[in-house]
Amino acid sequence: MTRHTEHAVWAEGLTKSFKETKALTGVDLAVRTGTVHGVLGPNGAGKTTAVRILTTLLRADAGRALVGGFDVATESARIRAQIGLTGQYASVDEMLTGFENLLLIGRLLGFTRPQAKTRAGELLERFDLSHAADRAAKTFSGGMRRRLDLAASLVGGPRILFLDEPTTGLDPHARNELWAIVRELVAEGVTVLLTTQYLEEADQLADEIAVIDHGRVIATGAPEELKSKVGGQVLYVRAERGTDVGVVKGLLAEVAGREVTAEGEGLTVPVTDTKVMPAAALRLEQAGIEVAEFSLRRPSLDEVFLTLTGAPAQPVEVPA
Amino acid sequence: MTALTATVPSPARQHGLAANLRNIASIAWRSLVQIKHNPMELLDLSVQPVMFLLLFTFMFGGQMSGSPQEYLQYALAGLIVQNSVFTALNTAVGLHSDVAKGVYDRFRSLPIARPVPLIGRILADMVKQVWAVALMLVLGLIIGFDLNGGIGGALASLALLLVFTLAMAWLNVLLGLVAGSEEKVMMFGFTIAMPLSFTSSAFVRTDTLPSALQFWAEKINPVTAIADSVRGLLDGTPVGHSVIVTLVWAAGLVVVFFPLAMRAYRAKLS
Ligand SMILES: Nc1ncnc2c1ncn2[C@@H]1O[C@H](COP(=O)(O)OP(=O)(O)OP(=O)(O)O)[C@@H](O)[C@H]1O
Ligand SMILES: [Mg+2]
Repeated sequence: MTRHTEHAVWAEGLTKSFKETKALTGVDLAVRTGTVHGVLGPNGAGKTTAVRILTTLLRADAGRALVGGFDVATESARIRAQIGLTGQYASVDEMLTGFENLLLIGRLLGFTRPQAKTRAGELLERFDLSHAADRAAKTFSGGMRRRLDLAASLVGGPRILFLDEPTTGLDPHARNELWAIVRELVAEGVTVLLTTQYLEEADQLADEIAVIDHGRVIATGAPEELKSKVGGQVLYVRAERGTDVGVVKGLLAEVAGREVTAEGEGLTVPVTDTKVMPAAALRLEQAGIEVAEFSLRRPSLDEVFLTLTGAPAQPVEVPA
Repeated sequence: MTALTATVPSPARQHGLAANLRNIASIAWRSLVQIKHNPMELLDLSVQPVMFLLLFTFMFGGQMSGSPQEYLQYALAGLIVQNSVFTALNTAVGLHSDVAKGVYDRFRSLPIARPVPLIGRILADMVKQVWAVALMLVLGLIIGFDLNGGIGGALASLALLLVFTLAMAWLNVLLGLVAGSEEKVMMFGFTIAMPLSFTSSAFVRTDTLPSALQFWAEKINPVTAIADSVRGLLDGTPVGHSVIVTLVWAAGLVVVFFPLAMRAYRAKLS
């Protein structure tokens, strides 16, 4: 059997049910070593369940998964020695100080006391928590807890890091910091699997994205590939007068033959035919509508996501 | 800027007996150092036993036995046992909160043997038991308890209490794992521990009880056996029968609840 060493994480046909809830109905994943893999999905899609299976916290009902070349079902100890996990909810010990939390983990990883202390100090410093090193974690803000939690998952210098919705609940500044840390880790050769509900986050960080919905992967690819999968581009039109929106909407729908959606103050419609753009411009002109913005762009991941998950139950076959 | 992962020392082996013992000690350390940051737990562990001891001795003592001194001589053992039973509930509460707050997930994602977090917690809870027993004994001595059984008696009663609370720990592990919320853990625990400790020989002589209650207290309730044993050991009087009953109860608790607790512990995995 091949050890799939080119893939830090590899899974095939993972299923998991909780009583009658089918959390995973067949998840395949292939995360190349040294890359960031984004698992993107809405609430209840099965992201956490997948992460818990891959980190050996939960046993799959069926399917196979290798992490770092080891089988989650039979070699969990080997896997746990080389992964880090930051769960969706911060799992710091509230009654311990920041320093004690990291010290404990260092000790449980097999470091000597001095080694564990040094490592704890380094990480507190690096995560800007030195000032709170001797305060019980229950006094930490949400952002500080997340940082401590992330630091805790890095104590052992993991080669593969799992981050379950690492930026949920963080302010934009803290989120940018976390992104910077993820990039830094990748530069050091760490493989990162992160789940997120934020398309922007996947777009920013991930080399490859797996979109997951209702417990299965419905699309995979690099962010750019996913965007083009949805088909061509998107026409964005914003009328000068808000009262014209209704007319513009009808007009675009007619010209493009696709559903028009509101976005901010404007409207978007997917276009696959290059003739749509001049036709739309002409019709708007004829209708005497003053156009403030008229642009063609690639779809945002949000649009990709809506297109992909808007039609559940079947795997997407998006027209190219 | 230090590298995030480059400076990591290479860890020692994480399997084998030595590693397991070291990890158990680390987890136990964690439970004990928590007390430093949690005044409520200190209250639970120190103020409560002291308060009960003083209240029972000086409020009820006179009416119960003619004098506080006299009653203290009888009730100290019962108070210690009752406190042990309640302190044992900490195992359930602490375990439940660790599981609920994801601390156990963190532990389980580390390369340590699966039972280590559980054993570490139980070890720490035993240390807390020793502390509470010692505290009550010393305070008892200060307010006039006669330790006729000597140091030997005191150590023997401590050992017996530890055996019994260790056996109870598995019931508490089960409770902590299956209860839906921390409140339910507490409620269920108190609902068992409260009547059990009061319908025994812990605080009163059972010969004053109505016959059905007397039967329950003398023949069934294990708290009577353990309270009589501790009382006898502290007093230096013969205790053979009640010690055997206590040990049988302890064995029974282990036989029934250890497998159930371990099954629940493993089930949290899937
Ligand atoms: N322990 C459990 N017991 C019962 N049902 C569960 C359990 N864990 C997850 N589920 C169910 O499985 C499904 C997938 O849950 P999961 O937590 O994996 O989703 P998620 O993608 O992480 O969602 P979110 O974005 O809200 O975190 C949901 O329907 C959830 O209710
Ligand atoms: Mg989740």
